[in-house]
Amino acid sequence: MSAVPDQVHIRLRVNGEDTPVSFAPYKTLLEVLREDLGLTGTKHGCELGECGACAVLVDGEPLLSCLVLALECDGRAIETVEGLARGPGLHPLQAAFADLGAAQCGYCTPGILMTAKALLEKEPSPSRERIKEALAGSLCRCTGYQQIFEAVEEAARMMAREGQR
Amino acid sequence: MTTKQRFDVVGRPRRRVDGRAKVTGQTRFADDIVLPRMLHAKLLRSPHPHAAIESIDSSRALAHPGVYLVLTGKDFPVTFGILPVSQDEYPLAPERVRYVGDPIAAVIARDEQTATEALDLIEVKYRPLATIATSEEALERPEPRIHDHGERGNIHRLQAFEFGDVEAAFAAADHVFEDVFFYEGNTHLPIEQHASVAAVDGEGKLTLWSSTQVPHYIHRALARALQMPAAHIRVIACPNGGGFGGKCDLHNHEIVVSRAALRLGRPVKICLTREEVFYMHRGRHPVLMKMRTGVTKDGKLTGMHVQTLLDGGGYGGYGAASTLYTGALQTVTYELPRYKFEACRTFTNKPPCGPKRGHGTPQPRFGQEVQLDKIAESLRMDPAELRLNIVAKPNSLTANWLKIGSIGLAECINRVVASSDWKRRFQKLPAGRGVGLACSAYLCGAGLPIYWNKMPQSGVQLLLDRSGQVTVFCGATEIGQGSDDVLAAIVAEVLGIDAYDVRLVTGDTGLTPVDLGSYSSRVTVMMGHAAIQAAEKLRELIADAAAQQLEVSPERIALAGGRVYLAGDPGKGMSFREAVEAAEARFGTLGAVGSYAPPRSPGRYKGAGVGPSPAYSYTACVVEVEVDQATGWITVPKVWIAHDIGRAINPVLARGQVEGSVYMGLAEALMEEQVFRRLPPKLSGALVHKIPSLLEYKSPTSLDMPEVVTELVEDPDPSCPFGAKEAGQGPLLPVAPAVANAVYDAVGVRVDELPITPDKVLRALELKAQGKPGRVGPERFPAVPYPEPLIVPPPWEGGDGKEVNRRARRAEQAAAS
Repeated sequence: MSAVPDQVHIRLRVNGEDTPVSFAPYKTLLEVLREDLGLTGTKHGCELGECGACAVLVDGEPLLSCLVLALECDGRAIETVEGLARGPGLHPLQAAFADLGAAQCGYCTPGILMTAKALLEKEPSPSRERIKEALAGSLCRCTGYQQIFEAVEEAARMMAREGQR
Repeated sequence: MTTKQRFDVVGRPRRRVDGRAKVTGQTRFADDIVLPRMLHAKLLRSPHPHAAIESIDSSRALAHPGVYLVLTGKDFPVTFGILPVSQDEYPLAPERVRYVGDPIAAVIARDEQTATEALDLIEVKYRPLATIATSEEALERPEPRIHDHGERGNIHRLQAFEFGDVEAAFAAADHVFEDVFFYEGNTHLPIEQHASVAAVDGEGKLTLWSSTQVPHYIHRALARALQMPAAHIRVIACPNGGGFGGKCDLHNHEIVVSRAALRLGRPVKICLTREEVFYMHRGRHPVLMKMRTGVTKDGKLTGMHVQTLLDGGGYGGYGAASTLYTGALQTVTYELPRYKFEACRTFTNKPPCGPKRGHGTPQPRFGQEVQLDKIAESLRMDPAELRLNIVAKPNSLTANWLKIGSIGLAECINRVVASSDWKRRFQKLPAGRGVGLACSAYLCGAGLPIYWNKMPQSGVQLLLDRSGQVTVFCGATEIGQGSDDVLAAIVAEVLGIDAYDVRLVTGDTGLTPVDLGSYSSRVTVMMGHAAIQAAEKLRELIADAAAQQLEVSPERIALAGGRVYLAGDPGKGMSFREAVEAAEARFGTLGAVGSYAPPRSPGRYKGAGVGPSPAYSYTACVVEVEVDQATGWITVPKVWIAHDIGRAINPVLARGQVEGSVYMGLAEALMEEQVFRRLPPKLSGALVHKIPSLLEYKSPTSLDMPEVVTELVEDPDPSCPFGAKEAGQGPLLPVAPAVANAVYDAVGVRVDELPITPDKVLRALELKAQGKPGRVGPERFPAVPYPEPLIVPPPWEGGDGKEVNRRARRAEQAAAS
């Protein structure tokens, strides 16, 4: 036991802010976000990498935060659902999800929003098939997915219109 | 109000009022609650499916650094159970465990890690007992008895009813069809794992925040379990991260954290692991069923005899109701002159089953709709035509005395027949491709509460103040279905304001009037009626005050668009806020309540309490499949579904409920199963869950989900608020039988059991290739000791809704005991 410190200290860049944090070294990124930083927007459905609810962006890539040790994230950029809105205004994905019924209970929503954000950053107008593939690791029990696909497509259109302005 | 023809809020597609919170991560689920000085609980669960507990030594766990409390069965002397008739559970088992996962002890520690470490330090001596694995085993082996209550041996419930002489109906039929079906159990799998936080407030009273669909029932049951006055307990239902029926029981962990918080004077939280959620279950009962149906040569039903056998698992739970639901709603879809229904629920050493979306009705619906497909084929009738020909009549009574109101089923069938191009595709697609059709009906709220009382089933309180603020209080519980949105929409419609201007307080027994909870598709109808009643009272006061100011009569006042004005002359009026000010000045503080209880059902026989509803929703569904004949793999490219919703309050949410139901129906049809296996004898022969993980319990992903074409059939039901019926459960029911019927259309084999997996399809294809019947499914229905049925003549045979053989039955029961 003596070799392992009770607490470790690292700096994360969380939603664009420099965030120093201390925590027990065994903790996952999910646990540090929720328990040590109070960012409970990121959810968990299994803590085994099976449901996708805990997806966040690490250096822009969607990762399952329940499978990542927080210690591995020193100095890295973490994006969570709390950082998605633009001040008081919603991100196009958020607006489309809210308007089109893509969030029913809303529990899988943060993970799906972050995964979809990563997709749209790489592929601004993905096909339905690409959206299905990108979201295949995120389980939703409420919607049957169709309204989620439609919301991602609508957000892509909104972002394209914004880009033209 | 409900006679108004044009609406400003109701019926318009809108962002749900809680939509913003859900997409910003601000919706606060139970596990998101963090309180100062909060401790964490973990449960020790039985590794044995059936065992006597000889001793528990928790001294080492208690001595573990960071552990504050260890609780065992000794701390909980009182049994509990959600139904008054099934008080057969202990929060922590004191002497006996009945399934793998039955909780025995709880550790409360400074964090989850410490609590988990301490669980390993609890020493339990078990004496394993023989296990009962299946319903058939339960019938064959009365010993060891899993419970002392119930009918006898390992039979929990037996029910039998006969509504008219079915044997005579069969004798008068041109054909009698007999089939045996099996519907495997499956689980809710909400993505949110159940969590609860209990805390003692400054006055010494208990608050429990929990992932529950039924805060009122939890409140009542918790008061009994803790032997505390209910007035000292406040239950707050957090928004559920999916419920589907799995958060309807009072659960062990809710009682445990409550007791621990009271004992320690500190907040205590628990969040179950995914594996624990599988063990807690309360999901779909595995049901074996036998259906005999008499038909005339032109496809009219003469009578039906349904026998069901439910595998209930280790405890009663909602099982007594589930048992009745395996037969109660078979009569509301099609004209059925005579009906006999016999049901049996057994105890087995597996996680207890309970209500899952459709509660007890998807299983017999599967059997009935597949059998109708066989009947249509045998009579050389189109399955859609056969059904259209026998659709039940609106405003009628059924053989088992249920009162049907509006029926949009014929319209639903016509819609899916048209949208799917049924006539050009059924029996006409190339080999390996097929389409199947099925229909269903469901409750819009259970007619009776789970405990007998004459009080309202939903209450709404409204408060207005001079700022123009409208606050609605209601015990209804948001589980994702949109109950908060429906509540806001209805109040906004009546008061002529925007739905987003309504402030909501819901699901909190400390603040809100009682609503029985989010189950049985009851919320829109019952809460909606109560909300209209409360809002209309206040609308009247506002109109009176505004009329006085405008010097016109109150009947001429309109409320719309946030204005209160002279109808036909919108310029002459005032803002809603000004009108509320005028009303508050004239009448004093503005508040109103509304309440609703469903009309009494005409059925008077014992058991008539399960099945009645203020209204029934109807659904028709066509599923297309592609079956790979080399592998048996089934792909579903497209589903067409039409749902008779009466009226959609918010069409965006209504569509979501229908599509979510299609998703869950496909899941149950094709992949999901909660199954168990025996370990080898040298490993105790224990009965263990085969796949207690999300990875191995297969559920559809985004890649598996087909395109769904949804149509809402809006034929407003006069018994419902704004005519709105349910949408959250009914549309699940026709999906699985439509899949089975489509598989038959595609490859000519019948898989009479769910899920329809590739191995079963292959086996059926092999049998067919060998010249045998191309069918896979249960071969026989066991001898079940059903009692003499209650004889209840149907309405058209001179009955009055009562059984006619009550005395004979009583004598039989007395002799049996």
